[in-house]
Amino acid sequence: MNVPKELRYTKEHEWVRVEGQEAVVGVTHYAQSELGDVIFVELPAPGTRVAQTKSFGTIDAVKTVGDLFAPVTGEVIAVNTDLKDNPALVNQSPYAKGWMVRIRMENAKEIDSLLSSENYAKHLGAHA
Amino acid sequence: MLERIGAPSEEALWEAIPEQFRVPGPLPLPGPLAEYEVTRRFERWAAMNADSSRYACFLGAGIYDHFIPAALRALISRSEFATAYTPYQPEVSQGTLQTIFEYQSMIRELTGMEVANASMYDGATATSEAAHLAAGATGRKRVLVSAGLNPHYREVLRTYSAAGGFDLEEIPLSEGRTAAARVARAAGEGTAALLWAQPNFEGIVEDGAALTDAAHAVKAYSVAVADPIGLALLRPPGEDGADVVVGEGQPLGVPMSYGGPLVGFFAIRKADVRRLPGRLVGVTVDLDGKRGYVLTLQTREQHIRRERATSNICTNQGLMALANTIHLALLGAAGMRDVATQCLERAHYLAERLAEIPGVLLVNGNAPFFREFVVRLPGSAEVFVRAALERRILAGVPLSRFDRSRPHDLLVAVTETRSREELDRYADALAHWAKSRTDSATEAACRS
Repeated sequence: MNVPKELRYTKEHEWVRVEGQEAVVGVTHYAQSELGDVIFVELPAPGTRVAQTKSFGTIDAVKTVGDLFAPVTGEVIAVNTDLKDNPALVNQSPYAKGWMVRIRMENAKEIDSLLSSENYAKHLGAHA
Repeated sequence: MLERIGAPSEEALWEAIPEQFRVPGPLPLPGPLAEYEVTRRFERWAAMNADSSRYACFLGAGIYDHFIPAALRALISRSEFATAYTPYQPEVSQGTLQTIFEYQSMIRELTGMEVANASMYDGATATSEAAHLAAGATGRKRVLVSAGLNPHYREVLRTYSAAGGFDLEEIPLSEGRTAAARVARAAGEGTAALLWAQPNFEGIVEDGAALTDAAHAVKAYSVAVADPIGLALLRPPGEDGADVVVGEGQPLGVPMSYGGPLVGFFAIRKADVRRLPGRLVGVTVDLDGKRGYVLTLQTREQHIRRERATSNICTNQGLMALANTIHLALLGAAGMRDVATQCLERAHYLAERLAEIPGVLLVNGNAPFFREFVVRLPGSAEVFVRAALERRILAGVPLSRFDRSRPHDLLVAVTETRSREELDRYADALAHWAKSRTDSATEAACRS
């Protein structure tokens, strides 16, 4: 099971890498394997404010479209533009090259409400 | 049959319906007729119609009497085409998908745009969806609409705008055309798009480049509602930088049929493809490397994207779009240019002859027109239209139907199917009628 220990997770299968006041966000290995080939990712423009648990974009697979839920509240300060021409990066490298947005957190304490890697793995175990 | 299913009587079939909802006694319908009696009855009714096969048709206003080749009619009636359903399973629908791909390619060429979809219901809804696309793409809400757009299309736009996606502001015509200066005054930061027609509802050719520039000056979309026959002669709006080109495909091989079925076309720049409504067919290769066609970018559509879809159309006018494709293929570019040229020449010939009649004025006389024009009569246009029926002429659409302040104005369309004899007959009919009008007006003036 591919659930890096240093990251935090949401029940909706987003991961978060905390870097000081900033959070880098993507979707997990489990998410991309369930979706199948990712063909398009719709992300907000830099400067957009996102709210924890609210949708900030969509991820398109061939037969389905899913929401991307913000794990923390804050301002989007960077967006992975590589995904525009190469959405498959989400499948190939979900935790590294397939990153989606970088958010400057308004309230770093929100991280505490996210799942640890053990609890996310348990969450997946309950799924399977 | 009753015996077969074990029902004692016809009434027994309705037992499930509560007594109080049943109609007592037999229905007030005439008795059954033999097949030939039914046929005779319908033939009698049909003969009461003043249809375009027996009357010279000068009706336009969005639907036109263009020639439909017999080959097209024969091909369209083939059951493989007439009964085919949506090509969701590409492995069994290659024929359908390929014809839609050809259709899209031809519409691209005709409009001068990069991507065309598999067709829309009609020109009116295509126009509304274009306004919606522009609002979404620009993030703005104000849509400027030239009064030169077909009034029916403006009505449909109002219905769509009531849902809240965009607001409408009308730009009145100046001497029959949309003035770029007026657009510039009305346009601003909140403007999502300018919608204009080519040619416009009164038949006038608009300055597409100037209108597109006026829209782009405020970073709004230029949406052209173009006539497909006109596109064979007039410069395609795409070449002037229009962002969306839509229109009604009825003139391309679809019968008038009292107003439908119709077929809209929708063409855009590639950058907006994620906002494109409707179906899109793409070409690809299968596992063996052979060319194949599929519905593509389906995640735009409502059946997958659901409430996040930019439009809820999930169909196309397959059979009518096929008629368009066959028509364009049969005529080819040269044939289309020929048809458009004949429309232009015949319309101008008639306009000139009518303008010579005392009391008759060619409205917007200085503006260039294509296949339609407005004449102002020395009397009620509705009255002339009724009088012309006696000469087997469907004289045109009185503008009073859309604007009560114009009772004397008549919109006249002339297609390639109007013969010289019909044109001269029309001129004679109007000359005769106009004379009797001015004669009686003079008499009345003398008497008083």
